[in-house]
Amino acid sequence: MSGTFVGMPAFPEAARDAVRDTTLRGTLRHATHTIRAKRAKAVAEVSDWAALREAGKRIKDHTLRHLDRYLEQLEAAVTAAGGTVHWAADADEANRIVARLVQETGESEVVKVKSMATQEIGLNEALEAEGIRAYETDLAELIVQLGEDRPSHILVPAIHRNRGEIRDIFRSEMGRWGRPAPEGLTDTPAELAEAARLHLREKFLRAGVGVSGANFMVAETGTLVVVESEGNGRMCLTLPETLISVVGIEKVVPSWRDLEVFLQTLPRSSTAERMNPYTSTWTGTTDGDGPRVFHLVLLDNGRTDTLADEVGRQALRCIRCSACLNVCPVYERAGGHAYGSVYPGPIGAILSPQLRGTASDIDASLPYASSLCGACYEVCPVAIDIPEVLVHLRERVAQGGPVTRDGNKVVLRPARGHGAERAAMRAARWAFRHPGALRAGQRLASRTRRFHPRTLPGPGRAWTGSRDLPPVPAEPFRDWWQRTHGGKDGGR
Amino acid sequence: MNSRERILGRVRRALADVPRDDSPIERGYLRRHGERTAEETVALLAENLADYRALVHRCAPDELPSLIGRLLTERGSASVLVPPGLDASWLAGTDAARVADRAGSTAHELDRVDSVVTGCAVAVAETGTVVLDGSPDQGRRRITLVPDHHICVVRVPDQVVSSVPEALERLDPLRPSTWISGPSATSDIELDRVEGVHGPRTLEVVLLG
Ligand code: SF4
Repeated sequence: MSGTFVGMPAFPEAARDAVRDTTLRGTLRHATHTIRAKRAKAVAEVSDWAALREAGKRIKDHTLRHLDRYLEQLEAAVTAAGGTVHWAADADEANRIVARLVQETGESEVVKVKSMATQEIGLNEALEAEGIRAYETDLAELIVQLGEDRPSHILVPAIHRNRGEIRDIFRSEMGRWGRPAPEGLTDTPAELAEAARLHLREKFLRAGVGVSGANFMVAETGTLVVVESEGNGRMCLTLPETLISVVGIEKVVPSWRDLEVFLQTLPRSSTAERMNPYTSTWTGTTDGDGPRVFHLVLLDNGRTDTLADEVGRQALRCIRCSACLNVCPVYERAGGHAYGSVYPGPIGAILSPQLRGTASDIDASLPYASSLCGACYEVCPVAIDIPEVLVHLRERVAQGGPVTRDGNKVVLRPARGHGAERAAMRAARWAFRHPGALRAGQRLASRTRRFHPRTLPGPGRAWTGSRDLPPVPAEPFRDWWQRTHGGKDGGR
Repeated sequence: MNSRERILGRVRRALADVPRDDSPIERGYLRRHGERTAEETVALLAENLADYRALVHRCAPDELPSLIGRLLTERGSASVLVPPGLDASWLAGTDAARVADRAGSTAHELDRVDSVVTGCAVAVAETGTVVLDGSPDQGRRRITLVPDHHICVVRVPDQVVSSVPEALERLDPLRPSTWISGPSATSDIELDRVEGVHGPRTLEVVLLG
C-alpha cells in the first residue's frame, strides 16, 4: 500500500487518543449499535443465511484457487466487449496508468465513486501531483474530502462525524471546491443531503472522466458490478465519456450466476437492507449508452503475497461489507483511524499487515488490536476466520518465519527486542484493558461458534509470559477477567 | 517481463501448494424464499417497494394513461422523457411536453426535464427491486438517473419474479443493468436513512395488470 498514512503511530497510541475523545466515542457507539441491530434483523429475514454464507465462501475460495485462469478469462471477456485491460503490480504503477489515461483524454478533473482500492493506492494524491483534481462524490467521502480528513469506516467513512460537524464543514469548505452550501443550512440530514446534491450535480453534468472501483467482476462475461445507495455511482458510471475502474484482482467471481449469492448477502451485511437502492452492472462499452471508452486496471499491490500465505489468504474473500467493524468491541472504542490504514477494524487488522508487510510499528501491532472474541467471524458473510488469521499473524510477528513480499519468499526476523515488539505488546495490553467493551462483544458472539481461540501458539505464549503483558487467556476472555479482576472496573 | 506476466506468475507460485479442483460449487441455498401464488408475489413486491419509500400504484391496462397523466400533473411536471420504444398510448393522458431520448442530448439537457416514464426488464418481489436493462421501453441509463421523478411501469404478474436468483436468470449480462430499490438514499449522516441524493428523489412504480 502507499504511504497514505505515513507516520501513523502504532495502534495503541492512536487508539488512546480516540478513547479520550468522548464525542467520537458517542458517535461511534450510536452508529455501530444502530447498524448491528438492523443487520441482525435483515439477516434473520432469510432462512437460508448459513447456506448463502457457505456458498459465498466456496465461490471465493474456488476463484482464488484458480485465480490465474479467471483473470485471463476476465481479460478476454472485457476486451471482447470493447474495454481495455491494464495490469498494475503495485500502487505506483496503478496510479501512473490512471494518470496517463486521464491525461490522454485532455481532462484535468475526474469524478470518483467511493472505492477502497483507489484509497488504498492513494490515487487522489497521485492525480493531484499530476495536476488532476479528483472529486469524491459519495456523501461520506465528500465530507471526508472537504474536511481534509481520513476515512474511518469502510462503508460510512465519515462515521466519526456527527451532523453538527458535517454542517460546519459544508458551510466553511464547499465554496472552495465549487458551489457553496445553501444559506442558512441546518444540521438536519435531509438538508445536508440536499446541499451535497446541489454541490455535486454541476460536477457530474460536466464530467469527462469517471473513476470507480467494483464490488465484483464476472470472469465469464466480463461484467463489472457496483453496489451503492446514493446514485453518485450511477452518475460516474454512465455520464462521462471515459470510465476507468481500478479493481483488486481478488474481486473476480467465475460466473454471472454467482452474483445471486453476493447480491443477497452484501446488502444485508453492510447496510442491513434487503437490497441497496442502486446496483449497476456493465460489460465493456455499450453503443450509445454510457461511456464510449472503458479501462479496467487490475491491481495486485500485495494481493498475490497474501495469496501465498496458506492461512492468511482467506482474507482475500472479503467483500468489504463492514459487518465485522460494526460488531467489534475494539473498533467501537478505538475508532477507525487508530488502524492506520484505509481498511479499519478486524478486516484491517488482518489485511493491512498482509498487503503491506509488518515492517512498520503500526502494521506489526495490528494483529494485536483484538481480543479474539470472535464476533467478527460470526457475522462475516464469507466466513473469514479473522481470529485464526490474527493468531497466525501474531505468531509471525513474534517468531518471524517465511513470508512472500513482492513475489519473493523472504524470512522475517522475530520481532523480539525490536520496536515492533513493543508496539505489538502495547496493542495487546490496550485490547485487554477494555473489558467493558469486550463483554458486549462476547454477548454478540453465539455460543455455538466453531472457532474459539483458547491459547496463543506455544512460542507466542512464552513470549507473552516473559514480559509485562497479561497472560493470554487459556479460557474465554470474560471468564479470565472475572477470575483475575473479580469483575471490578467492569463498566469501563 | 510486463506486469501482466509478473502478476500471473506470482499467482501461480502462490498457489503451488493448492491442488486444482473443478468440482461444481455446492449451492445449498434456496432459489426463492417460500412458495407464493402469482398474486401473492405481486403483493409482496408492492409491500417491499413501499417499505423502501417507492410510491406504488396498481391499475388495469385501460386505466394506465389517465393514471400516468394524474401522476405527472400532481407532480407539476411540464416535460417528460420518453424512451424510444415506450408504448405511445401510455402517455395519451398527459399534456406534458414529450422529450425524446436522443443519443445527442447532453446531461444538462436531461437535467431540465421534470420526469421520465419507462417500462422495466424484471422486478424482484423479495427485495422490492425493479431492474432496467436498456431495452427500448427503458432507454439509456442516464434518462432514469438525471430527472428527479421516475415513473416505472411493471407488467404483473409476467415481469415479477420472487428472488434475486430468478431475476439474474432472466437478464442478459451483456446488457447494462440498473437495479433500483426505492429512491436514492444515504445513511452517511449518523446512519440515518435519508431519501434523495443524486438519483431521482421520487420513484413511482405502477403495477400494471
Ligand atoms: S471480513 Fe467479512 S465481515 Fe469484514 S468486511 Fe470483509 S466480508 Fe465483511
